[in-house]
Amino acid sequence: MWSFHRWFERHSLILLIGILVVVSIGGLVQITPLFFIESTIERVEGVRPYTPLELAGRQIYIREGCYTCHSQMIRPLRDEVERYGHYSLAAESMYDHPFQWGSKRTGPDLARVGGRYSDEWHRAHLDDPRSMVPGSIMPPYRFLARAELDASRMQDHLRVNRILRVPYTDVQQANAVIDARAQAEPNGDAAYDFEQRYPGAVVRDFDGDPARVTEMDALIAYLQMLGAGVDFSTYQAEAPENQR
Amino acid sequence: MATAVDSRDGHADAFAIAAIIVLGAFFALWGAANATDRAFAIQMWTALTAFLVGGVMLTHQLGRGAVAAVTRYQDGVVKAGVIASMFWGVAGFVVGLVIALQLAFPDIFYFPDFGWTNFGRLRPLHTSAVIFAFGGNVLIATSFYVVQRTCRARLAGGLWPWFVFWGYNFFIVLAGTGYLLGITAGREYAEPPWYADIWLTLVWVVYLLVFLATIWRRQEKHIYVANWFYLAFIVTVALLHIVNNIAIPVSLSGWYSYSLFSGVQDALTQWWYGHNAVGFFLTAGFLGIMYYFIPKRADRPVYSYRLSIIHFWALIFLYIWAGPHHLHYTALPQWAQTLGATFSIMLWMPSWGGMINGLMTLSGAWDKLRTDPVLRMLVVSVAFYGMSTFEGPVMSIRAVNSLSHYTDWTIGHVHSGALGWVGFVSFGALYCLVPWLWKRERLHSNALVEWHFWLSTIGIVLYITSMWISGVMEGLMLRAYNEFGFLQYAFIETVDAKVLLNIIRALGGGLFAVGALVMAYNLWRTATGSAPAHERASDVPAQPAAVAAE
Amino acid sequence: MSYEQSAHFAETWGLGLLALCFAGAVLYALWPGNGEKFKHAARAALDDGGEDGQ
Repeated sequence: MWSFHRWFERHSLILLIGILVVVSIGGLVQITPLFFIESTIERVEGVRPYTPLELAGRQIYIREGCYTCHSQMIRPLRDEVERYGHYSLAAESMYDHPFQWGSKRTGPDLARVGGRYSDEWHRAHLDDPRSMVPGSIMPPYRFLARAELDASRMQDHLRVNRILRVPYTDVQQANAVIDARAQAEPNGDAAYDFEQRYPGAVVRDFDGDPARVTEMDALIAYLQMLGAGVDFSTYQAEAPENQR
Repeated sequence: MATAVDSRDGHADAFAIAAIIVLGAFFALWGAANATDRAFAIQMWTALTAFLVGGVMLTHQLGRGAVAAVTRYQDGVVKAGVIASMFWGVAGFVVGLVIALQLAFPDIFYFPDFGWTNFGRLRPLHTSAVIFAFGGNVLIATSFYVVQRTCRARLAGGLWPWFVFWGYNFFIVLAGTGYLLGITAGREYAEPPWYADIWLTLVWVVYLLVFLATIWRRQEKHIYVANWFYLAFIVTVALLHIVNNIAIPVSLSGWYSYSLFSGVQDALTQWWYGHNAVGFFLTAGFLGIMYYFIPKRADRPVYSYRLSIIHFWALIFLYIWAGPHHLHYTALPQWAQTLGATFSIMLWMPSWGGMINGLMTLSGAWDKLRTDPVLRMLVVSVAFYGMSTFEGPVMSIRAVNSLSHYTDWTIGHVHSGALGWVGFVSFGALYCLVPWLWKRERLHSNALVEWHFWLSTIGIVLYITSMWISGVMEGLMLRAYNEFGFLQYAFIETVDAKVLLNIIRALGGGLFAVGALVMAYNLWRTATGSAPAHERASDVPAQPAAVAAE
Repeated sequence: MSYEQSAHFAETWGLGLLALCFAGAVLYALWPGNGEKFKHAARAALDDGGEDGQ
């Protein structure tokens, strides 16, 4: 009797193991090759890690669920390239933990929205989308302009990113909190040092409120750098390592 | 394990659960005291409250001493699951209606000063409420019911099944309130924060052990095929959940975390998870329901048991590969896209095999469809399963996908599966379970089931047709060129063109939600009162003489 | 192991192995000797031996 019972137990375990084997082989076989990261991502120039302010803006983008309506992935189709710009490269999201490619365009793609509109436009649009785009069904984000940005943990954020192999330097990590403010205060004392630490990043008062650094500053700083990084003059689409 | 725990002399289960509660409460208190942000503090106070309530419930349970003569089956936790399913179902459908209205009437349902009312925060609340809260509770309740009946064994693990039920619903509350506070991991259908993910892992492992231990106690030699599907669902969801949610929290006292993966790897892992959440949560689990409740309700054995085994293996073999069809034309390497699409198309065959198996189970009993609206609901769910598993492979073809992706077509497709298949098969199972569990001869009213059936069916048809038209239309508009070779429409023009279709969608969703309310009322009356006498005897489901004999 | 090697492995051996496993499952389902067992199993959902019965 006992041995019978044992056999039944094993029977269900065999089933369990069978399921696990089938499922994990399928997953492993398909996913693992992509983790040989160097060969999955094209060689391009101009992609840099986010500045602390942009990173904070990205957190707000995620927090507010922007990805539920906006994609950040331009497909290599004629109409998309003409509408949004050069198709997206894997390298452009290599520092994105998590990725924000999205799956639905209730609003337009944002992969290259950086530099397309002025800060003022973004401000007015986030404050009341229909004031800038009649017929838009986007909700308002007025409260961002009133919310003081909490950047006090920015060092920890950079530290974790470094664990994940985002190439921040010691100096960048140490000054993360200062830098988060500095990027939104063009007349501040730290603006110059910030520009030295993050070549290519812009220093502006994004939200038009010089007195404070708000969540609006951070979000607009993030939006304004989206897709602006890659130097497509150096990108060779026909190169063998880019043909996958 | 099972025998030791179930004879109620040792309280090993209670002590272990008490230890989990104490540890959890301790962490929650520590987290609340050291919180780096307000949202996290609120979450931790919520958790602390939940753990304290859990502790009181456990003490109360133990205080009742060696509980009542052990009944043959443990149905209390199934009853709780049924109630929770209905509650979350209605909640999830109503939130869905709200966000549909937001898209249709953007000036009426938006509140500029309250970030938590925005679509971006409510949408994860809707998807999680319907998939994980409603669907998850239906799966837990039905799996606990089915595994006991088909194994002829009482649920194993003493208090552990209750831990699974309350632990899972605590996870739902934590995740749902978190979304409103702006706490999200930022990846679709995997939005709960890291601490909720860890908690769910614990609950899920216990769920697996309870399910397995019950199977180990079985009096039947063979494990009935419905349990195979449930087992595949539980095991695979555990695997998907753990791998996809690996992340490093910025601080143990804050909610924000960074996914271990980035960019293209993160995308592939996420859609491997996302698509298999559909495959194993919303398909395999609910096929377990199909393979038990349809034969039971029709009083016919499943059409072909052999086909059900092939259905099972083919489904899990193929599904796991299909994820990359969510990433057509993206920066994912092309071979992975092709592989995903190929397997998606192959998936059509086992899906239809399963559909045929479900439908043909009624052969010789088709007349029951006229008299039993519950059986009709179950059968229509299988028809919707067939429909969406045909549409899915079509949409995974690159050429079709280039048009359909990013548009409302996807939304329509998802809802034909979610409302038609998952919704209806769940409703059918709940309509069966309530009279069986509460020992009623029949439902309070079959007429109300008819109402529910037609309200929902019309709602679904409105929903999926409007979204299909809307999706194809915007897809075509976005790729239209004028005679000068320029893009013909600006993006906003596609938004303007969809206004009426958005309103029709909201109407369809509204009808579906009203149907669910009718159902909730009907089930409530069934459970609390006796069924009215004028119902015909033939309406009584083919449920055991044992009930009458009582 | 490089990207090319692992991708190649996935497309050949990985796929082949799964096809083989699947053939095994189909064989099990269709094996004539299992017919009786399945007939009995299919009834398992229907005769659940009473509700609260003993």
